[in-house]
Amino acid sequence: MKRGNIKLMQGNEACVEGAIAAGMRFYSGYPITPSTEIAEISAAKLPRIGGKFIQMEDEIASIGAVIGASLTGLKSMTATSGPGFSLKQENIGYAAMAEVPCVIVDVQRGGPSTGLPTSPAQGDVMQARWGTHGDHPIIALSPYSVKETYEITIEAFNLSERYRTPVIILMDEVIAHMREKIEIPDENEIEIVDRLKPKDKAEDYNPYEINDGDLVPAMASFGEGYRYHVTGLVHDINGFPTNDSKIAESLINRLTKKVEENTQDIVKYDEYFLEDAEIALIAYGGTARSVKSAVDMARKENIKVGMFRPITIWPSPEKQILELAKTVKKIIVVEMNLGQYYLEVDRIAKKSTDVYKYGRVNGELITPDEILSYIKEV
Amino acid sequence: MVQRELRLSGSGGQGLILAGIILAEAALSDGKHVVQSQSYGPEARGGASKAEVIISEKEINYPKVRNCDVLLALTQVACDKYIDSLKKGGSLIIDSSVRNKPNREDIYIYTIPILETAENVLNRPMVANMIALGSLNGLIKVVDKVELEKAVLNRVPKGTETINKAALEEGFKLITRYEGVDNEGQYRPNKINTTEFCQA
Amino acid sequence: MPSQIVDDYFRTNSLPHIWCPGCGNGIVTRSIVKAIDNLKLDRDKICIVSGIGCSSRASGYLDFNTLHTTHGRALAFATGIKMANPNLDVIVITGDGDSAAIGGNHLIHAARRNIDITTIVYNNNIYGMTGGQYSPTTPRGDKGTTAPYGNIDTQFDLCDLTTSAGATYVGRSTVFNPKLIVKLIEEGIKNKGFSFIETVTICPTYYGRKNKKGNAVDMMKFLRDQSISINAAKKLDEDKLKGKIIVGELHKSIRPEYTEEYKRLVNSF
Repeated sequence: MKRGNIKLMQGNEACVEGAIAAGMRFYSGYPITPSTEIAEISAAKLPRIGGKFIQMEDEIASIGAVIGASLTGLKSMTATSGPGFSLKQENIGYAAMAEVPCVIVDVQRGGPSTGLPTSPAQGDVMQARWGTHGDHPIIALSPYSVKETYEITIEAFNLSERYRTPVIILMDEVIAHMREKIEIPDENEIEIVDRLKPKDKAEDYNPYEINDGDLVPAMASFGEGYRYHVTGLVHDINGFPTNDSKIAESLINRLTKKVEENTQDIVKYDEYFLEDAEIALIAYGGTARSVKSAVDMARKENIKVGMFRPITIWPSPEKQILELAKTVKKIIVVEMNLGQYYLEVDRIAKKSTDVYKYGRVNGELITPDEILSYIKEV
Repeated sequence: MVQRELRLSGSGGQGLILAGIILAEAALSDGKHVVQSQSYGPEARGGASKAEVIISEKEINYPKVRNCDVLLALTQVACDKYIDSLKKGGSLIIDSSVRNKPNREDIYIYTIPILETAENVLNRPMVANMIALGSLNGLIKVVDKVELEKAVLNRVPKGTETINKAALEEGFKLITRYEGVDNEGQYRPNKINTTEFCQA
Repeated sequence: MPSQIVDDYFRTNSLPHIWCPGCGNGIVTRSIVKAIDNLKLDRDKICIVSGIGCSSRASGYLDFNTLHTTHGRALAFATGIKMANPNLDVIVITGDGDSAAIGGNHLIHAARRNIDITTIVYNNNIYGMTGGQYSPTTPRGDKGTTAPYGNIDTQFDLCDLTTSAGATYVGRSTVFNPKLIVKLIEEGIKNKGFSFIETVTICPTYYGRKNKKGNAVDMMKFLRDQSISINAAKKLDEDKLKGKIIVGELHKSIRPEYTEEYKRLVNSF
């Protein structure tokens, strides 16, 4: 590794660097702590590399512009925090329904409402899954280091392009604002995925028609000669609205299957000292760092604990959590909320093992010491 | 040294976050693991603000300061606010403007005129953070002096290199003049066990 | 048998449209297409973006790049499109509720930026799609299903609003005068900046029935009788203009356009 590629970088900065490496050329956003640096750095960098940056009038406009830009073929991103994430939800649903690739970063902070604007939290886990109305697929990723923020942002764009779906990066203030070492890989070491383009002639193009055995339709850009219609209404393969109940059902099912049937490709996770563990701690994002320290401390005291860390939060690593539940005596979900991902883990694991939760909502990162105490208590 | 946890505190606008970043960058160039973070929000506007740096020879998981080895406090408010977080046997560097010394006998206290030196010796109140950085590293020698100087020059605005370098050197001198630090700047923790100081 | 222009520019397979008998929306939609035809624009480069409501269904009927967005947000999506690819001609179709109520913020900011988008509002003074609720352009005293005793709100003048916000071309016509609509849209598209065309249309089904305005023909006659050109209006005092619909080119100005400014910024590096 060349020395010049090793840098001290903040999580928010690594997010922008990753996005640009993935091909992001459009960013629209609205200032909100603790995500604002993502907009600031994008504003400084994008105009210099042929990209577009625009600060919109509000959070809703930001996601609207992102979807519009993506339809012209530019890889697009916006970033926000809890309150703005709520405002964006309707249009995140639009992107899911109309199958427009885009990346939405949510740097989580204390809530509800204005809450603790400068403090970390992980209270948007369920919002990421169920924030918009109706049934729809979603992919959400949560990085636990600056380096992983870079990698995950590239992955978010790749998944978004491959599956034509909005992808959420669930960061938290801990990771967003801390600085640590990152090694920027060479360009040729990075795998980049681009959306599938239509091979048909314009007159034969059906924007939502899929090939046999496939679940993702090819996507033309506005301005390329394929004049087609995009709507958030239930639509037929030709893109036009319909009330046909059969078409409605098959469309929503296909959207869901796109993610569900590809979990093996989508799901990423990390394991730490799980081989002989009797207690498994499940944690993600900034909290996983405390848990890792707590595991180290517990191991020194000969307590057999390990950590399972979902990197892909949604779809959840269901298969892996179920297998884990069969091998350990107890699972503790540690998160900066009062038990959100716990609900998902409990749903998956409760038949095989006891699931406990340890959560804090005081605006501070959970400490390794309190996790260790809780392990001993359990 | 296995791991050092440092806290730089003062009031918003004194440039302590930049000082923390520079220290972290120097440590990184020195081949160490490092995590730097800071407090944001209302705290960062005027009141007490802090930057944290953890420097370690192994990977750092929990990114916040738990056992503060060294606390730098440029103001009374910051000193009062963070003094309890300084571990037993830890070192406190306070600016001489801090009138009320903390009532703790289990720590080392170094009182040095950081703000005054910036204002009256270097005639640039802006460089107090670099003086503080020089003193801090002079005391604990957590990063190589050359790397620190490089990191400073890398970060400061063009045209201010000389004054910032001078400030760093001035800070180093301030702390070496202090009782408990020898002529080479070597810290002599004669009362405490070094392994306790260098918390694993 | 559809006319040539309908055949050429409409997605005839997506017709018939959903609009009620007597609705004025078809007149506005045909006028848009007529203006595009007159200007001989490359249809592959035209994006029609709409929001939600009766008017916004028009995008689906037109054979261009068409985007039917969420309620109020057409201008936000359109801004993304124009910013991402300034070579596209972006036209927004919206209604009075869509643009002035839920999307009001986007309207004033698009005008402020003077981004090169032509926005055409189909103003029928009511929420039609949801069945006749009063909108920001419903005249004071008129009825809607949510104003059963008469509307106590003040009516928005959208042309005044967008002029103040910074639009560089603003005009108004009614569906009684489609020739003027076509002319205004042509000029609006030609204007390098934010253009705003208000087309006063008729909704006999909800607005008309609720307010005893008669049938579609009566409502068209009302538009004819109440319209007054901007030049004629200038000679009348305020009292005589009460209730009148002032039509024509209402505002023209020259200001830097947003995507051009962005290009200038990039070129300055």
